[in-house]
Amino acid sequence: MSEDIRIKKGLSINIKGVADKELKKVPLPNQLALILDDFHLIIPKLILREGDSVKRGQPIFYSKSNEKMKFVSPVTGYIEKIERGERRKILKIVIKPSKEDLAVKHKVLSTEKLKSSKIIEILLESGCWPFIKQRPFDIIANPKVLPKSIFVSCFDSAPLGIDFEFILKHQITSFKNGLNVLEKILPNKLKIGLSKHQKYLQAELNKYDTNTFSGPHPSGNVGVHIHHLDPISQGESVWVLRPEDVCIIGNLFESGEYIPTRTIAVSGPPVKNPSYFKTIIGAKLSSVLKNIEFNSDHEFRIINGDVLSGIKVEKDGYLGFYNNNISILKEGNNYKLFGWIPFINNNVPSIYRSSFNWLTSSKPKDYDTNLNGEERAFVVTGEMEKFFPMDIYPMQLIKECMTGNIEKMERLGIYEVAPEDFGLIDYASSSKIEAQSIVREGLDYLIKETL
Amino acid sequence: MNIRGIVDKMKTPFEKGQKLEKLYPAFNAFETFLFVPNHTSKTGAHIRDAIDLKRVMITVIIALLPALLYGIYNTGYQYLYQTGESFTTIDAILHGSYKIVPMIAVSYIVGLGIEFAFAVFRGHQVNEGYLVTGLLIPMIMPVDIPLWMVGVSVAFAVLIGKEAFGGTGMNILNPALTARAFAFFAYPTYMSGNQVWVSEASYVDGISGETILGILAAGNTPDQYSMLDMFIGSIPGSIAETSTLMVLIGAFILIYTGVGSWRIMLGSVIGAAFTGILFNLWGANELMSFNWFNQLIVGGFAFGIVFMATDPVSAAQTLKGKWIYGILVGVFCILIRVFNPAYPEGVMLAILLMNVFAPTIDHYVIESNVKRREKRFLSKLKTA
Repeated sequence: MSEDIRIKKGLSINIKGVADKELKKVPLPNQLALILDDFHLIIPKLILREGDSVKRGQPIFYSKSNEKMKFVSPVTGYIEKIERGERRKILKIVIKPSKEDLAVKHKVLSTEKLKSSKIIEILLESGCWPFIKQRPFDIIANPKVLPKSIFVSCFDSAPLGIDFEFILKHQITSFKNGLNVLEKILPNKLKIGLSKHQKYLQAELNKYDTNTFSGPHPSGNVGVHIHHLDPISQGESVWVLRPEDVCIIGNLFESGEYIPTRTIAVSGPPVKNPSYFKTIIGAKLSSVLKNIEFNSDHEFRIINGDVLSGIKVEKDGYLGFYNNNISILKEGNNYKLFGWIPFINNNVPSIYRSSFNWLTSSKPKDYDTNLNGEERAFVVTGEMEKFFPMDIYPMQLIKECMTGNIEKMERLGIYEVAPEDFGLIDYASSSKIEAQSIVREGLDYLIKETL
Repeated sequence: MNIRGIVDKMKTPFEKGQKLEKLYPAFNAFETFLFVPNHTSKTGAHIRDAIDLKRVMITVIIALLPALLYGIYNTGYQYLYQTGESFTTIDAILHGSYKIVPMIAVSYIVGLGIEFAFAVFRGHQVNEGYLVTGLLIPMIMPVDIPLWMVGVSVAFAVLIGKEAFGGTGMNILNPALTARAFAFFAYPTYMSGNQVWVSEASYVDGISGETILGILAAGNTPDQYSMLDMFIGSIPGSIAETSTLMVLIGAFILIYTGVGSWRIMLGSVIGAAFTGILFNLWGANELMSFNWFNQLIVGGFAFGIVFMATDPVSAAQTLKGKWIYGILVGVFCILIRVFNPAYPEGVMLAILLMNVFAPTIDHYVIESNVKRREKRFLSKLKTA
């Protein structure tokens, strides 16, 4: 059932500073944190308090809507601080690791003998459940409803994309173990998306239902894979996982322990030595950034995730729960005299040929965070469709998300999309429309009104 | 002191809590005219394309310049040629500028004045769309129209055509064409006939200012003009619409930079050529038997489909819709020209008509997409 799909619409943005394929190990950070914003719409109920000691894999809080869904500590140590914001909302839980490494042991059974419901129970209890997200809504999956299929995209087409083949090569057995666990939950419904160039993974994973994709970004987005292979209609759901999280699940069923290792790429134009680092989920970023050299003293922005859909973090921030990359960009907080006149500021890349930048379009470019304009009403049409390889009208959908018309959102295909699918639209919009936030708000409104 | 420092100093009284806070949108318009602001992305994608609306609009203006410059020359040329005196190109340009520059000034002063007032009143930023509209309006007027009529038409277009619908991005009709249509119906004697198309034609005896379409509608053949004249544009007509060559240069700029929709332009040409050929075969009167290719290069057709029909706000918004919209603009343009000799210039009415129908076209295009999705959903229900 393997298919070969060519994506035509989209844009591959070529940014300077792609990480070299060299894996560096960094020592255990002196602080880690679970950031609650990573778990969208989860309301935490604390099990442990500030100062309590905690083992690796021991639950720190559970979800208010499902007390079986546990969120566990990535290391052994104690809870140093629970940071709260407005109305005592928990923002992050900071953990101080100790030298000793004690892990919560789960009873390991051969996956062969386990039933689907038992596997889900183990995943919930061990803290691995949050790795499984669902479409529609792009939230942590509901364990009570089995999906119609499970998708894993093993390649990243985003700018400064990470090479999952490189990341998985080191842990291919754990990856396969994890895939077997998912197969067990939902037999014959596991679909893996690969790039046409990933020959190693294509050979290693030939036993599974793999499908190859080629073409520009967002060809690696799991949403695009779902849309082409098994589109979601109203009332259906699909689970999605990121490749390294599948390895963590594989390791859990192999060793009985929660081992949250994370291979991250640190990349971006200001980075002199972009490369891959092996660390832990939630690690303090400074522990990784210590090993990075910058090629200028300009102010930087650090992004948890890729430059299109990641989240800005401060220098003293922590690695996000889901992402495999830290992207670094120059802050573009400078004025440009008459910068809006065509063919001025040719150093700023454009998809329109209104600067000479396209002459060197094959070369990696320097990008910064300047908006290059101000937000305006929708005027130019047709530009969003060029970067949205789904049979959905993006501008019309965005407009309905803004007005909150649920019936129209449903008719226009809201169930198939996640904010990250609109990353390129944010990038390309001449009116500087914040499409991703609008779609996120639209999805949240839909959840509130319908679930 | 550098310019940035001066601007920063001037900005203070306009900031929040200061005396002139209410006028901030007006100040902002000047500031962002000078500088692309230092705003960085806050949410969503961290990198952004260099394009913004200012750049889109200024690209359109650059595309308009060849037609405008030729229009200025042609205004002088038509006048001086018919007076019979000897003249140089410079004379022609000087006469054209004397006529046209005040019209552009009036259009911008009145239009931008209203835009700024609305921006301050509503507390939003000044939108750049009027930079294009304000230049288009004088370009599609007859040269002898009094300045006050230009002003009134502009005010009507901006107030009723745009702001009444909610401002930039919400208008149904193309504002520049709204201005022309207003003038056309409010002051018909200044907008049609054979006295208005050549500068001073109504004051100087011996100047005949009929347009080619006007000659045809009267049942005569325009023998005095060759196909080359029509293509280059040395014929009477609205100020900047006569030269197909210059419009093609503009079209090239729009398509090459990616700002204008080639689908609409090509669709219109296909629609008009097809209709033109059909009428050629019929050939019942002068207008019908007028060569279909000449139909494409006389009157405002080329100018209209390149610069007015492609206005993204009032045109169809879906890709398929753009094809349908474009073809229908072409078809209706020739239909109106041929069947309605009272309005020899069909392109304005054709575009306005299709502006009204564009949302309907989009509705059906999107509805077919929705149906596809519903069908998928229903077929699953059946198998389940």
